[in-house]
Amino acid sequence: MQRYLFLLMLWAPLSLAAIDAYEFRTPVDEIRFQELTAELRCPKCQNQNIADSDAPIAKDLRREVYRLINAGAADSEIVDFMVTRYGEFVLYRPVVNSHTWFLWYGPYLVLGVGALVILMIVYLRKANRRARPDAKKTELTAEERARLDALLEKDNKG
Amino acid sequence: MRKLLLFIPLALFLGMGFFLWKGLYLDPREIPSALVDRPMPAFELPSLTEPERNLTVADLTGEVALVNVWATWCPTCKEEHSFLNQLAQQGVTIYGINYKDEPVKATAWLQRYLNPYREVILDQEGRLGLDMGVYGAPETYVIDAEGTIRYRHVGAVDANVWKQLQAVIEQVEGAGA
Amino acid sequence: MIPELGTYALVLALCLSVLLSTIPMVGAQRGNLLWISFARPLSIGVFFFTAISFVALTYAFLANDFSVSYVANNSNTALPWYYRMSAVWGGHEGSLLLWVLTLAGWTLAVALKSRDLPADILGRVLGVMGIITTGFLLFVLFTSSPFERLLPRSPAEGADLNPLLQDFGLIVHPPMLYMGYVGFSVAFAFAIAALLSGRLDAAWARWSRPWTNVAWAFLTLGITLGSWWAYYELGWGGWWFWDPVENASLMPWLIGTALVHSLAVTEKRGVFKSWTVLLAIFAFSLSLLGTFLVRSGVLTSVHAFAADPERGFFILMLLLITIGGSLFLYALRASEVKSESSFSLVSRETMLLVNNVLLTVICFTVLLGTLYPLLVDALGMGKISVGPPYFNALSVPVGALLMLFLGVGAVTRWRRQDGTALLKQLVVPFVIAIVLGVLSLMLREGESTLWTYVGVILAFWLLVMAISDISDRVRRRSTPVLANLKRLPRSYYGMQMAHLGVAVLAVGIAMVSAFNEQRDLRMAPGDTQQVGDYTFVFEGARHFDGPNYSSDIATLRVFYKGEPYDVMQPEKRLYTARGTVMTEVALDPGLFRDLYVALGEPLENGAWAIRLQFKPYVRWLWLGGLLMTFGGILAATDPRYRKQSRREQSKLETANA
Repeated sequence: MQRYLFLLMLWAPLSLAAIDAYEFRTPVDEIRFQELTAELRCPKCQNQNIADSDAPIAKDLRREVYRLINAGAADSEIVDFMVTRYGEFVLYRPVVNSHTWFLWYGPYLVLGVGALVILMIVYLRKANRRARPDAKKTELTAEERARLDALLEKDNKG
Repeated sequence: MRKLLLFIPLALFLGMGFFLWKGLYLDPREIPSALVDRPMPAFELPSLTEPERNLTVADLTGEVALVNVWATWCPTCKEEHSFLNQLAQQGVTIYGINYKDEPVKATAWLQRYLNPYREVILDQEGRLGLDMGVYGAPETYVIDAEGTIRYRHVGAVDANVWKQLQAVIEQVEGAGA
Repeated sequence: MIPELGTYALVLALCLSVLLSTIPMVGAQRGNLLWISFARPLSIGVFFFTAISFVALTYAFLANDFSVSYVANNSNTALPWYYRMSAVWGGHEGSLLLWVLTLAGWTLAVALKSRDLPADILGRVLGVMGIITTGFLLFVLFTSSPFERLLPRSPAEGADLNPLLQDFGLIVHPPMLYMGYVGFSVAFAFAIAALLSGRLDAAWARWSRPWTNVAWAFLTLGITLGSWWAYYELGWGGWWFWDPVENASLMPWLIGTALVHSLAVTEKRGVFKSWTVLLAIFAFSLSLLGTFLVRSGVLTSVHAFAADPERGFFILMLLLITIGGSLFLYALRASEVKSESSFSLVSRETMLLVNNVLLTVICFTVLLGTLYPLLVDALGMGKISVGPPYFNALSVPVGALLMLFLGVGAVTRWRRQDGTALLKQLVVPFVIAIVLGVLSLMLREGESTLWTYVGVILAFWLLVMAISDISDRVRRRSTPVLANLKRLPRSYYGMQMAHLGVAVLAVGIAMVSAFNEQRDLRMAPGDTQQVGDYTFVFEGARHFDGPNYSSDIATLRVFYKGEPYDVMQPEKRLYTARGTVMTEVALDPGLFRDLYVALGEPLENGAWAIRLQFKPYVRWLWLGGLLMTFGGILAATDPRYRKQSRREQSKLETANA
């Protein structure tokens, strides 16, 4: 029974389309509203933005965003407004600071490491083959190499 | 050297596994209040018991107290209410914020279930709640004598939670003295 | 009675899988052919009993046996029979049983279709699958049995299946997804078998490939179906949310893609062997990690099953044993692997290595973003959220790089390619792609961003390179084009189809991200609204009673450039059993655009809040996914596998003798 209640809690907010019929002064404002509400997280829900959530708090927060846009606030001011009250938890785009440095730049680091690894693999292979004198066993003769190239040509052509 | 490198994937996995294990005992849905160690947001809202009188932060200062956000539409609030009554009888100062509710219902509710609150702030639109970062009733805050928020608990207050709150209150009173 | 039979069958399956985990493995170690030969019948047995258990659960659903707690929580007498059948996997316990059934099914398939495998490899592969099956059966029996009873007072009526799940999507999406997730266990088992036997040669790659390709194809299909289902079911027109559970399926897919390519290189050139093994271990590990994330409550997700830390701990132990054990084995044994050839910096091998690195980087990004909130919280640094803005910002550029190299890689020669010649070969197609991309976007009204251009240009790039490659291969000899087309192997067509799928997917993403239009507004009967070339006229809403719900149905007349075009009827349903409200979206699907109308709340005087969306090229997303799926299946069913594997096999045996 408890599990059923839990599941109900999990699923119930999801089911309604959260549509507010707000009127905006300019189409740009409407787009700003859509983008901001997509990037702000509903504090109560199971991982939804306030644009899609049907929870009362999400409705309230959408109303606030609408009010602030109409009052002329900039996007950054609206974001600050939310963070002051609900903390960084409500930002789906994490702030870039010392805590999140690895989050934002880590993948590029890994990309760089990957590139280095590729270069190392290629050059080490060549170096190994040149360095080992008993590599004669694995070395191909000129004739064998020509045959290999011909076979590979066939492979390349499918 | 290559042999050592081959152990990296295992090491990374064990590291991740450690965090996953720790994660099992955390609650990802519990959000700490963004207003800890910040003053209560300014407000001017009517009192439920005396509607012609407006309450402000000044009415909440003077001593360390609890601020409880509640509503008649919130079933968990009903569960914790009898415990709050007990606390009030023990002399704990509790202020109430009636959040997004109807005053008539709220008054009737308090008459029926008793009123542990020193004052009840009528926050019909939920503006004060929003400024405080309330996202679901019931919530209970600990504020100090100057009206600075020191702690927030989301959910019903029971004996266990009260122990935590007491610890915070003692700490705040000790620091203030 | 039947539910107890279900439990009993699971216990029998467990006993057999314990035997399967041990006897063939020991037999393979000792070279005891008799013990190895038990593997096949044991696999059949495990599948047989798991299937009986699954049928027992299905029967409980069909017969409305609400004394079974799981049935009572997920079904209802008013539920149509086909939803009652799919409700079997609508919750944690039942979906886990489906997982185990799928695993037993793959084990059976490997047991029956592997006549050509050397005995010790077969014994080890089935043994590893047995170990995994044992772990999951223990998990089901000890923490998540779907057969628990609600006695003595069982409810007369069930709680009903969540209305969101009362849909065709539930019938297809989880089974396809599980076929993929679980299918990677075969590649994993082959990798472990190779490490244990010390036989990491190209033959191992050849055996693994068809299994891996099919699993990958299923996973692609499962993810595509999930996206399509979320789109029309959830009511706001989104198709990917970077939700932790979605990420949990994307990560194995990314590594699986890298694996599929890496296996090709290992088979053809005998290089990358230890990388391929590592990828095979990672792919299945990520599947297992996904299982953990979805069922342990560690992350918040709209898709997650009910959280239970005790279950989470069990799965974590499973992970530790399987992943930890396999990575440990890898660290011990992988150094004995030697490459069979070398290659230069500019070569197809390097291109594929680049491909794998890029896919791994994207996977790392997704993993990092998904787990980062947990990391920050565990280190006491507060609570943050990581969502679509992060994932999009990082995966789009790397994805673009991937597409760039995709086009290059397909025409680069194996082993050694002249860099300057390659560049010369690429210049003209690149210019053509840029011209086509820029022209097609400029002809379109609306605002394209830089990334829209990048996406469309790269899609054209892939198309041009594919056409150029096919025409090269087809016009080479003096034989006619059609004959040359027929000579191209099926796996080549599979590859081109899958890569075309990538291009189509990219176009879908670029276009729908840039040109999507949405209006949320109040419409009273008679009101009109223009979105692009379409005019919507709201005519009002009426009431209707369905089998297990009551609803309001609105009618909107749609005009295209002034001419009557269609009538769309979005709904709002109240499901009586659970009291939940659901939006049924009205969709006008099209190849080049979808019209999407959702009904919100009723306002005063018969007016309603309505959401109108114009979504260009959104179907290309799933079309791309389908192309990739079929490409994978084409490649996997290439007949040259079966003939050559037998030739390879006998060659190997003479070589090893």
